Amino acid sequence: STDFEVHRNWLAITHSLPVSQWYYEATSEWTLDYPPFFAWFEYALSHVAKYFDQEMLNVHNLNYSSSRTLLFQRFSVIFTDVLFVYAIHECCKCIDGKKAGKELTEKPKFILSVLLLWNFGLLIVDHIHFQYNGFLFGLMLLSVARLFQKRHMEGAFLFAVLLHFKHIYLYVAPAYGIYLLRSYCFTANKPDGSVRWNSFSFVRLISLGLIVFLVSALSLGPFLALNQLPQVLSRLFPFKRGLCHAYWAPNFWALYNALDKVLSIIGLKLKLLDPNKIPKASMTSGLVQQFQHTVLPSVTPLATLICTLMAILPSVFCLWFKPQGPRGFLRCLILCALSSFLFGWHVHEKAILLAVLPMSLLSVGKAGDASIFLILSTTGHYSLFPLLFTAPELPIKILLMLLFTIYSISSLKTLFRKEKPLFNWMETFYLFGLGPLEVFCEFVFPFTSWKLKYPFIPLLLTSVYCAVGITYAWFKLYVSVLTDPSVSKTKK
Amino acid sequence: MEKWNLMAVVVLLGLTVRWTVSLNSYSGAGKPPMFGDYEAQRHWQEITFNLPVKQCAKFINPDWIALHSSRGYESQAHKLFMRTTVLIADLLIYIPAVILYCCCLKEISTKKKIANVLCILLYPGLILIDYGHFQYNSVSLGFALWGVLGVSCDWDLLGSLAFCLAINYKQMELYHSLPFFCFLLGKCFKKGLKGEGFVLLIKLSCTVVASFILCWLPFFTEREQTMQVLRRLFPVDRGLFEDKVANIWCSVSIFLKIKDILPRHIQIIISFCFTFLSLLPACIKLTLKPSPRGFRFTLVSCALSFFLFSFQVHEKSILLVSLPVCLVLSEIPFMSTWFLLVSTFSMLPLLLKDELLIPSVVTTMAFFIACATSFSIFEKTSEEELQLKSFSISVRKYLPCFTFLPRIIQYLFLTSVFTMVLLTLITVTLEPPQKLPDLFSVLVCFLSCLNFLFFLVYFNIIIMWDSKNGRNPKKTN
Repeated sequence: STDFEVHRNWLAITHSLPVSQWYYEATSEWTLDYPPFFAWFEYALSHVAKYFDQEMLNVHNLNYSSSRTLLFQRFSVIFTDVLFVYAIHECCKCIDGKKAGKELTEKPKFILSVLLLWNFGLLIVDHIHFQYNGFLFGLMLLSVARLFQKRHMEGAFLFAVLLHFKHIYLYVAPAYGIYLLRSYCFTANKPDGSVRWNSFSFVRLISLGLIVFLVSALSLGPFLALNQLPQVLSRLFPFKRGLCHAYWAPNFWALYNALDKVLSIIGLKLKLLDPNKIPKASMTSGLVQQFQHTVLPSVTPLATLICTLMAILPSVFCLWFKPQGPRGFLRCLILCALSSFLFGWHVHEKAILLAVLPMSLLSVGKAGDASIFLILSTTGHYSLFPLLFTAPELPIKILLMLLFTIYSISSLKTLFRKEKPLFNWMETFYLFGLGPLEVFCEFVFPFTSWKLKYPFIPLLLTSVYCAVGITYAWFKLYVSVLTDPSVSKTKK
Repeated sequence: MEKWNLMAVVVLLGLTVRWTVSLNSYSGAGKPPMFGDYEAQRHWQEITFNLPVKQCAKFINPDWIALHSSRGYESQAHKLFMRTTVLIADLLIYIPAVILYCCCLKEISTKKKIANVLCILLYPGLILIDYGHFQYNSVSLGFALWGVLGVSCDWDLLGSLAFCLAINYKQMELYHSLPFFCFLLGKCFKKGLKGEGFVLLIKLSCTVVASFILCWLPFFTEREQTMQVLRRLFPVDRGLFEDKVANIWCSVSIFLKIKDILPRHIQIIISFCFTFLSLLPACIKLTLKPSPRGFRFTLVSCALSFFLFSFQVHEKSILLVSLPVCLVLSEIPFMSTWFLLVSTFSMLPLLLKDELLIPSVVTTMAFFIACATSFSIFEKTSEEELQLKSFSISVRKYLPCFTFLPRIIQYLFLTSVFTMVLLTLITVTLEPPQKLPDLFSVLVCFLSCLNFLFFLVYFNIIIMWDSKNGRNPKKTN
């Protein structure tokens, strides 16, 4: 896929050009749009790459892909996944296994490891579609594990480093910030769980601030010295790209767009709208560009920011006023990630992994969380299907999806078999509906006459159907967070 | 976890591995004018479609099989079509047979049965040849497995029908025919030749003859046509062996050029004699004392004898030995896993030619890990576990100090694995010397041949010293 060329290009840029040129280079359309640490990472990789194939490091070799290049890239992903495996190991230590049966396959630790290692989304995105999310998520899970283990400084340090690898993790930064402030800087609570203002520790606050500052200095420092900061920022945050990505991420705006489209069609039919006033560019044709809505008010980046903030606020307040230790932090993190996914500007559907992976940690704890996880992961993974669209990949994605879904549902069901069933009839019906949807989109639709007139329909259906599921999961999680009793549960 | 969910997960795993391997290159990819097995299969489709005995394939792109003009046709869509046909054939015939076989195993827990299915489905040799190199072995092996299943569960007629189908699909299955014949004959004898046994014998022969006639009917129109078919099926003109194969004759010819010394008909006679001498003891025992357990082991030893001593053997024929070994995986996990690893290794030159190095390494490791964890093979190397107890007892009558057999076998295993890994690394990284360009393939074949001879002796010992006759003395958990 194109991401392969993107990373090859970045290898070439970081290897052949001096640092001052990195964020200005634009020979290829895939410019460097990740923070500096990632650039240094590509630089390190490029030194290994030159033993595989020198040619891939030439900036002008656009779309170059020899078999050795392929080999090197794939191996680099697998190699960096080692960090991910280590992080999983650390996370499993934080799960208590008292509920387990004697069988290895029924222990929560085992189930969690399989759910994380074989996560369908990660496999597809990293190894087939090609990205380096494995080790980035490894960093995130490791920092979460450190916070669970009460090693707050390490957790903060790891997160700061992570931010400078990929700035998408800004989505969950509020959770980290508030949690560290509330539970680390204020060293004790009053008996009823609220803040004890006089237990504030300046030392801790200063040390946290120092860590963040040093990491940022290390990363952005060189560019500040070269006076390139505005250029770097403009590359990192490309707001010109439009509300929705080429394939609509299944978030709130997908539903909004669909509603807009439906209303405009109805309006045309009922002669309420003038056809001449409708802009020609159709958002549903799959291109990345700016677009105006026809019926409903248009959405600006500021509007999405406000919506996101409003969505995050309740969970952040919960984290402040009813702290429940690391578990509460994890829930707030997931809610931040999900809210940003639902309301953000130009969200990529791969961002759903940001919520699914941490959710796996919660899913082996409580039955309610397990059911939310299953809905979220199944619909989230299904929404990744349009990323792989060639015929040879079709059996692979179906087989892997079935593998993960069957395993996750039955292992979690077995783990929580003593409690009430995980799904009610509505949820079961919804999940089963994914099957016919897939059959329609992949097998029936290409042979119908609509394929030429409305080529976007499978994507539209997929996005909208999954958006419903994801919004539902988000809502359920919010309800469970807000209605949880404020008893402080500490994990050892 | 519920049984069927686990089984579904295992089957899905097997299918995923198969399809992932199939995304690789195939035999003869981009290598005109001969191409390889992939082109051979396409060519056969071309022939059968265009010439008189037509098949129904209307919705397939006609370009793929246009007579003559589609020689050497290679395209993405066509590759997808061919790969899909292999997967569907596998799904319909081979995989259900494996699942049913493992479910009918006695004396093991459900979890072990499912682990058994996993290991059999992950066997690298079959996956690499069918999905990588490109053949349809799973059809004939699947039919043969249905045959074994039928005959072991006393559905003799259905079993023999399935086996006839297997033979008529691929004549290599004749390697398995002798054990079938001896087992069924033994059953008839046991039931008494004057009464039930005779009836059974008649019924079986009618089934076999009928199924053969049905398959061959279109070709019986002329005697010349039948002769031509036979000549194509059994190409004795091709010589004692082709390319490099892990067979006795190839190994011996390193030291002694048999092909040049002896004339053709003497070669045929010698290989015939050796083959039959080596499989006679097991077959006689099976006829006298038929039992499903003995049947399985005899399948292994007969197929192995044929592979080692017969005429014009291909490396891929080792699959015919691997299938019965997969069947005894649950009884002697350690030796079976070892054998299956060696069998995959013996095909290394072929796999390297098809650029299937990475899939073969990965699938072999996956298979090894699956077997090692499911059956905990390294703990099961005592004499009794290796089914060598009766043999050791008999030897100890003459040599009282013969107690070190398990340890010898463990050392042999380690040596064998070490040399296999070493040779693989050497073949991949170094260039052979100028004067001996085939050095590495010959070494691979020679080593595998030594291993196979050891296994031949081992399996024959088990068969001959098996006095318990089908009942497992130890409790398997």
